[in-house]
Amino acid sequence: MAKQLSTESNLYTILYATVIVVIVAVLLAVVSQVLSPRQTANKRLDTQKQILVALNQDVTTGNPAALYDQIVEEQTMGDKQLFVAHVDGATKYVLPLKGQGLWGGIWGYIALDEDKNTIFGINFGHEGETPGLGAEIVTENFRSRFFGKHICDAEGNLRSVAVLKVGKNAEPGQEQIDAWAGATITSTGVNDMLLNSLNLYAEFLADKPAAEQDSLQTVATTEEIVEPVNVEEK
Amino acid sequence: MALSKQTKEAFLGPLNVNNPVLVQILGICSALAVTVQLKPALVMGISVTIIVALANVVISLIRKSIPMRIRIIVQLVVVAALVTIVSEILKAFAYDVAMQLSVYIGLIITNCILMGRLEAFAMTNNVKDSLMDGLGNGFGYAMILVIVAFFRELLGSGKLLGFQIIPDSWYVANGGCYENCGMMLMPAMALILLGCVIWAHRSINDEEKK
Repeated sequence: MAKQLSTESNLYTILYATVIVVIVAVLLAVVSQVLSPRQTANKRLDTQKQILVALNQDVTTGNPAALYDQIVEEQTMGDKQLFVAHVDGATKYVLPLKGQGLWGGIWGYIALDEDKNTIFGINFGHEGETPGLGAEIVTENFRSRFFGKHICDAEGNLRSVAVLKVGKNAEPGQEQIDAWAGATITSTGVNDMLLNSLNLYAEFLADKPAAEQDSLQTVATTEEIVEPVNVEEK
Repeated sequence: MALSKQTKEAFLGPLNVNNPVLVQILGICSALAVTVQLKPALVMGISVTIIVALANVVISLIRKSIPMRIRIIVQLVVVAALVTIVSEILKAFAYDVAMQLSVYIGLIITNCILMGRLEAFAMTNNVKDSLMDGLGNGFGYAMILVIVAFFRELLGSGKLLGFQIIPDSWYVANGGCYENCGMMLMPAMALILLGCVIWAHRSINDEEKK
């Protein structure tokens, strides 16, 4: 039998470190490979659920994946994603939102009515906002503040919706909702996220459908009436 | 199965007289971060318990082969590997929980209780005692998180586990005379509450000694 190596010798230490690292590396690689299909599927299902929640659909019962396939149609505009959904016979547009909260990223999906102006529903997610404060943006209480608000002013210009502390007023022409008390930075993050993300779709959102389809609150400019409807722009 | 006195001590000690948070003042950093609400505190407590117990077992198994000079690195590699594997498994089989834990699961690696137990206990004790020590310390830690989170969520948001406990009609906004204590949501309040728990714990234990 070979001479026993002392556990304190340099050779043993280096060999030990190498072996441990190789074992751990192989283990992690195997675990990651084996679980990756399930993780990808979970991630996809999670995204689908978030979009369904933005469309005010119940995802706690039934089969969300089937419901998603049934009502949502995924489209791309250049490198941008767009989800077109059909809820109760009406067309809704769902746009992804991306921004920065206090501790990390925040994201969401906003569902607009066919007029591309009225907010039908909205959903938020976050990486790790403070529980009880910033994390409350995912609650129904906060989300429902957006319902029915308009992202464009009377002239049809894209203005987003301001998320402001109670008592503060948005600029004229812009609609506002109350920020979550105590979560100033996260609320500002939501405000900026809405503005920035909606601006990415400015061209798509400016292309309004004909006036007769609009809801009462929406004001269609003459320009829009003259121009033909063209949903699939570019 | 009769447990030896030492094994029992390894499990029960950290629950009270040798509590990692109250007596050894370890793991305070994460205790501040996850105690605003009861639910993350519970999940964090359970995760840490599982990881401490597993890491203790692994280190105890290989304790005689670890070169002393790189023992801390070996411990760290074991803990990091375990945390990563648990996180991957959660993402595959309990996606919702994994999303809720998000940043906290990474925080487990830096939890001082883990390194403390590996270095102080698992390196010199057998596998069974190490497992019990890991479970005991995990529960001891989880217990304190839950106590602090209970008061912070109840007094800070009037809820427990997300359910409204303080009746809506009590609030000033609805004509009552009650207001949530916003201070409870701040990290500073976790320290103050933790201080109160340590105070209570010490005064009870000192009386027993007399």
